[in-house]
Amino acid sequence: MWLTNSSVGRKVVMSITGLFLILFLTFHALMNAVALISLEAYEQVCEFLGANWYALLGTAVLAAGFVIHIIFAFWLTWQNRKARGENRYQVSKKPATVEWASQNMLVLGIIVLCFLVLHLAQFWAKMQLPEIMGDYPMSGQDALAATFGQVWVAPVYLIGFVAIWFHITHGFWSAFQSLGTANEKWIERFKCIGWWWATIVMLLFAVEVCYFTWFFN
Amino acid sequence: MENNISFKLKVWRQQGPKEPGRFETYEMQDIPTDTSFLEMLDILNEQLIEKGEEPVHFDHDCREGICGMCSLYINGHPHGPATGATTCQLYMRRFHDGDTITVEPWRSAAFPVIKDLMVNRNAFDQIQQAGGYVSFNTGGAQDANAIPISKVAADEAMDSASCIGCGACVAACKNGSAMLFVSAKVSQFALLPQGKAEAKKRVKAMLAKMDELGFGNCTNTGACAAECPKNIKLSNISRLNREYISAKCAD
Repeated sequence: MWLTNSSVGRKVVMSITGLFLILFLTFHALMNAVALISLEAYEQVCEFLGANWYALLGTAVLAAGFVIHIIFAFWLTWQNRKARGENRYQVSKKPATVEWASQNMLVLGIIVLCFLVLHLAQFWAKMQLPEIMGDYPMSGQDALAATFGQVWVAPVYLIGFVAIWFHITHGFWSAFQSLGTANEKWIERFKCIGWWWATIVMLLFAVEVCYFTWFFN
Repeated sequence: MENNISFKLKVWRQQGPKEPGRFETYEMQDIPTDTSFLEMLDILNEQLIEKGEEPVHFDHDCREGICGMCSLYINGHPHGPATGATTCQLYMRRFHDGDTITVEPWRSAAFPVIKDLMVNRNAFDQIQQAGGYVSFNTGGAQDANAIPISKVAADEAMDSASCIGCGACVAACKNGSAMLFVSAKVSQFALLPQGKAEAKKRVKAMLAKMDELGFGNCTNTGACAAECPKNIKLSNISRLNREYISAKCAD
């Protein structure tokens, strides 16, 4: 299977799962924005995304996207370190055009993963998981209050958002490059679109977290 | 304006592929700034031979930037601090009196050190042999306009063909990936009608060979294109991906 046993194929898998996760994040930010306007409407969104068959199917696909992306990231990094050889350069300088994020995607990804575990424990484990187990889920409003009522949560979330922002600014255009859709003109365009996309989505998340923290304290 | 500089030269010395290597420091005195970097190494070797020591081994051939034989990772850059130039086109006027200049071999699992600063770049030959050619006889030269080729395609193919296969892209890449080299070699044919006939077969064979030889996976950092002495563009890598993905989908 060329998607796993060729270098280009493995990057195609990273690209498709990565773009899928960017789309997910975008919807996530928009759905959170509902709570900025009306907590009752947000409750309906939470109900809609409870343990219904379509929400469970969506969750399964999403989880698969995360798992594949993360497994491939470790696998590719392991292969790349092996390809680099045992001896490292004593003096090594980063060319000016090379983005910092592009050389630190795994580290950024690990920070995002830690953030994800915390986030799942704070929301998913209290909302969808109990419902799957046959218990009553916590309401969206209560989960928000329980989480953002604690003041330490906001700064930790903001650190997570910064890591995701760096991760996407490289990941976005890199995905299109790996899928073979870029050329001399479009590399710059994808970089520009990716920067704005990441900035708008992450700013929206940041505004939401700041608002909830203010609202529930 | 020519003047003389003195500096410390830290050079990687390694007896053979299996031997452990180490850095050796040499004091270089009064080197004219109009000396090329390789001439400076020649001066060092003359001095070492006079003292009865073993000279530093390094690759070089044409010394005019077209053969791709010279290498050297100088002060953290393949082919040294100059951009768009090979080591043999690097002059000592780039350095200052009192500097410490660190010279290392290309470091990549696919380019093992033979001795000192000399590495085995045979992997590139193997990738070329896997499909980097047109296998049929194209006959005598045709009328200039018998096969129309757009100016854009002709220029891009020519730019890609300017790759000299020195391996700086692999040396610069944190993943030891050869994608810039392979993409340039695939592009120079994929862009022209003569190369299109075997395009699918070629890209699959060259990429499979590249993976087999232990080069890394491209993560699009762009260090390769930034350090390439021939300014091969990063967009070639996207073209390689496109050619490979469409060839695999057509299977």
